[in-house]
Amino acid sequence: MSVQSNVEVHTEWGIVSARQAGRNLAKELGFSSVDQARITTAISELARNIYLYAEKGEIIIESVERMQSTGRKKGIKITAKDEGPGIKNIRQVMEDGFTTSGGLGAGLPGVKRLMDEFDIDSIAGEGTEITTIKWNS
Amino acid sequence: MRIPILKLHDYLLISVQVELDDQTALQFQEDLLNKIHQEGSSGVVIDLTSVEMIDSFIAKVLGDVVEMSNLMGAKVVLTGIQPAVAITLIDMGIMLDEVPTALDLEQGLDKLQQELEG
Ligand SMILES: Nc1ncnc2c1ncn2[C@@H]1O[C@H](COP(=O)(O)OP(=O)(O)OP(=O)(O)O)[C@@H](O)[C@H]1O
Ligand SMILES: [Mg+2]
Repeated sequence: MSVQSNVEVHTEWGIVSARQAGRNLAKELGFSSVDQARITTAISELARNIYLYAEKGEIIIESVERMQSTGRKKGIKITAKDEGPGIKNIRQVMEDGFTTSGGLGAGLPGVKRLMDEFDIDSIAGEGTEITTIKWNS
Repeated sequence: MRIPILKLHDYLLISVQVELDDQTALQFQEDLLNKIHQEGSSGVVIDLTSVEMIDSFIAKVLGDVVEMSNLMGAKVVLTGIQPAVAITLIDMGIMLDEVPTALDLEQGLDKLQQELEG
């Protein structure tokens, strides 16, 4: 069975709701408190980027499973989708410290390190979709 | 929402008990600087024991508040950062390098005393 929640992000409150939904599911799936903090922080970064750069979009939080020789692995998958300006140079935004908004430029490279799988799909002028997974070890 | 700022002699004490959304964090930054100015405080302890997540935005606001307070002549010590929060910050590559920290409120006050005397 998989659980899914979709949170619209078009105000700061969307950022808070997405974080809370993520923490709840991470807890339910039995993630450690450190992993809960990692997952919540990753969601916060992705949701804030939507709010800042695309104005609005959506965060989808769901449980995922994968079969392995060692048994079944459970995880949490975060998808951040928007129809904003898109990202022209993906390599550049993945560099520590790169920012166009006077931030720390720690968001995207940080999310990549906090999570286990990370993927950006973006077309300039059309939008951005970032997918990231944390497995429960 | 506003974070209460308590005055203790020359110091200000803040215990952050709410989820830090962006607006609350920015309001706090402004309130604290005003209070330092009003009271002529020489030291500030910000206790983060109840804070379960610090992302890059909140980290920037906290770093800025420390720097701004220093400019105004008040030393700031952050206390009670949870292990999960500390680990996450390091994973993110965020170093609160120049920010004095202590385990809890009591040690934070001791640290202020030392910093101000030393
Ligand atoms: N959803 C998005 N749509 C368009 N551009 C984006 C999006 N997300 C990020 N970017 C671009 O990528 C850059 C890097 O993002 P990142 O989150 O790493 O840093 P930041 O948001 O600038 O600062 P920080 O997250 O540390 O506060 C941003 O400055 C922005 O230009
Ligand atoms: Mg960001």
